[in-house]
Amino acid sequence: MTNGARSRDGIARLELRGITKAFPGVIANSDVHLSVKPGEIHALLGENGAGKSTLVKMIYGIMAPDSGSMMWEGQDYRASNPRAARKQGIGMVFQHFSLFEAMDVVENIALGLDSAISRSALDREIRAVMDKYGLRLDPRRIIATLSVGERQRIEIVRALLLNPRLLIMDEPTSVLTPQEVEDLFVTLRRLASEGCSILYISHKLHEIVELCDRATILRGGKVVATCDPRKETPRSMGEMMIGSDFADPARGSVPNAGPVRLAVRDLSLPKPDDFGVALQSISFDVHAGEIFGIAGVAGNGQNELLDALSGETLSTREDVIAIDKNAIGRFGPTKRRAHGLCAVPEERNGHAAIGNFTLADNAFLSARTRMGLDPQGMIDRTGAESFAQTIIKRFSVKALGPRALAGSLSGGNLQKFIMGREILQNPSVLVICQPTWGVDAGSAAAIHQAIIDLANSGSAVIVISQDLDELLRLCDRLAVINGGKLSASRKVNDVTVDELGLLMGGHHAATPTSGEHHAPRA
Amino acid sequence: MRLVLEKRLEQSRTMVVLTPILSVIGVMILGVIIFDAIGYDGFDAVWQLFITPVIDTYKWRDVATKAAPLILIGLGLSIGNRAKIWNIGAEGQYIVGAISAAGVAYATQEMSGFWIIPLMLIIGMAGGAAYAAIPAGLKTRYGVSEVLSSLMLVYVSVQLLSYLITGPWKDPNGMNFPQTAQLTASQLLPRELGETGLPPGLLFALVGMIIFAIIVDRTVFGFSIRAIGEAPQAARFGGFNSNRIVWAALMISGGMAGLAGTLELMQLTRLNLGYPSGYGFTAIIVSLLGRSHPFGVFVAGIVLAVTYVGGQVAQTVVHVPNATAGLFQALILFAILASDLFVRYRIKIKSSVAEVRA
Repeated sequence: MTNGARSRDGIARLELRGITKAFPGVIANSDVHLSVKPGEIHALLGENGAGKSTLVKMIYGIMAPDSGSMMWEGQDYRASNPRAARKQGIGMVFQHFSLFEAMDVVENIALGLDSAISRSALDREIRAVMDKYGLRLDPRRIIATLSVGERQRIEIVRALLLNPRLLIMDEPTSVLTPQEVEDLFVTLRRLASEGCSILYISHKLHEIVELCDRATILRGGKVVATCDPRKETPRSMGEMMIGSDFADPARGSVPNAGPVRLAVRDLSLPKPDDFGVALQSISFDVHAGEIFGIAGVAGNGQNELLDALSGETLSTREDVIAIDKNAIGRFGPTKRRAHGLCAVPEERNGHAAIGNFTLADNAFLSARTRMGLDPQGMIDRTGAESFAQTIIKRFSVKALGPRALAGSLSGGNLQKFIMGREILQNPSVLVICQPTWGVDAGSAAAIHQAIIDLANSGSAVIVISQDLDELLRLCDRLAVINGGKLSASRKVNDVTVDELGLLMGGHHAATPTSGEHHAPRA
Repeated sequence: MRLVLEKRLEQSRTMVVLTPILSVIGVMILGVIIFDAIGYDGFDAVWQLFITPVIDTYKWRDVATKAAPLILIGLGLSIGNRAKIWNIGAEGQYIVGAISAAGVAYATQEMSGFWIIPLMLIIGMAGGAAYAAIPAGLKTRYGVSEVLSSLMLVYVSVQLLSYLITGPWKDPNGMNFPQTAQLTASQLLPRELGETGLPPGLLFALVGMIIFAIIVDRTVFGFSIRAIGEAPQAARFGGFNSNRIVWAALMISGGMAGLAGTLELMQLTRLNLGYPSGYGFTAIIVSLLGRSHPFGVFVAGIVLAVTYVGGQVAQTVVHVPNATAGLFQALILFAILASDLFVRYRIKIKSSVAEVRA
């Protein structure tokens, strides 16, 4: 390592001063200060929605900050587009790749370059970069035949060809196998030792401890701490990332749980596609009047679990899922709703609601069965409109009326509408994924209150969320989903943040497990 | 100053209705320019093509005869369009529908009875639907694009037709012409509706329009079709099975094409090599120009039928080439596809001052 070289150089490669960026209804970054030294691997750490991506997009010239300034090696810096950022010496590897499946590696790299270069010269350069950094890849291969890890290597090579002095990596390991992660770290360390700075975005704590020299921790768009990961533990950084000011849950202790309303037994499903997660033997019970939380880092099977519960994915056996002792594992969404199970998927636009449909049509979409809006297969328009109007009124949705297009509502208002649509159907079981994702604080509070009211009326509520604050405030019991497996459930009052943080990071061994059966001890 | 395209927050409903009309008007203006440029009287050509068939009452029967199959097929295709399932093979389903009905006619040559015509219509629809079931099965089972499979099956159906009319179904009294025997009186619908001079197909088209309008606007099935087209994942969340909708959309459009084919067979009284007419392809333009709504499809069917009839008028009066009607039909398709831009985007004039600041 090159610690000596680093401390000798006083000027930061990149320095952010008071960067602020607001979107309608949400402040993504607020007065962010950040300094990256030459040759430093600097972690940008935070939960989903903490503002990491927005921050690097401003550095890379995709967005412009509302206020604040950036310095590049002591000079004022401002990139109006990514090309300008690349010219300055900034490279970025995105979480999602932009590659043409039918072309080979060299062609794809050539397409991404800002200046034209002959194929043979490019071929030589690519091979040189690959040799130097130990990136194993045949430049002649067609993208369609490559694994995800190999595709990422192309993006890295593409960035390295420009000899960047700062490389931004956005959640690079979220799609990699452990072996590929090790290879990646070797490359990144070599780059850093040559003086290239790396801004490494992640929420995987053990990786940051292993790789990074310094970490800036964001929460709610603000820098909450800067630390040396090598002197910290995943536990201590998890606390900083999650914050410890979540303590007072809005509904203290709950009356002893009622009868089991939702029972899931040994739910296993294969991956829905290459990027999906297989669900592995998931079991849990949720009682009447209970709010059950499922925590976890994105992409660990949350959406697959929601689909399996809502009925969008059918279970292999009838008795895997039961509502009030009725086995519904082989029923589709409509029949499950008839049995009392409603759901709110994570993605509002295009999954929970259709942007080009009116609110009345969106009300009809998932409430037609329980609200009796489809007599003899016909649409009861008046009924749908008046139900939509009721939702708008009861949940204070800011909309022109039932005929407004769903896509014209703000995220928070649409989410309130969707929550209202499901809650007003008076479900016995409600499954919600990310109830307050990207929602402003006022709407979030209203949604939380509605969830609590529903549980108090005797329904069983399951909240799947990446926001631990939210789960700790709302839920009575919590479990963590990781790699498609669900941990044992714990009462919220008994669990500590670091235990949860560790479970989310995949350190199963570090926590006590209570075996296969984990009925609440209530 | 420069013009920029700005995405509309929501699709403009006015534009949805207005753009098809503007497209046709635009094509008429373009037609005047093109035909002037290549040495014809452009205004006269366009006048004969678009206006004569409308104002000349003697042409109405021709227009209605052409419009009926276009509307029937277009109605079926509009269901697929809404679900974003693209059946390009209506021409094949139209031919197979006619072949199926001709099969009934072949089997009932010696019979008579009121049941023969309904049976032909039903078997014709079933034949078209069954032919469309092939791309449906390929798509739902193996993920084969229905665009390719349905289109390729058109050519198969043409081969099947020519095999039948030169082989097993050839008219024994046809002096060796490749054609089937003429339909018998029990196999034919009346040539016109009462004394109106309008073909029976137009009545089917009118009833079809009303039934489809109810399906599309009033039923849960129509809702599910629209939901699948807009957001497949949301439709699944709503409890709609996308495979079932693929089947339904393709078989409905296949059935309607089969019905059109059967009615056309009854108009022509026999199958011959000239039977494939391209209605199945033109109906794609009809369904798009009609914005996939039954009322719109009805009007668009008449517009396209006008170009067929007007093409012949212009050919005799202005001596434009035979291909003129097809040319205008293609122009209409291009215009309607291009005009979709204005449904989703608006043109904004950006001042150069703003540009400097940006």
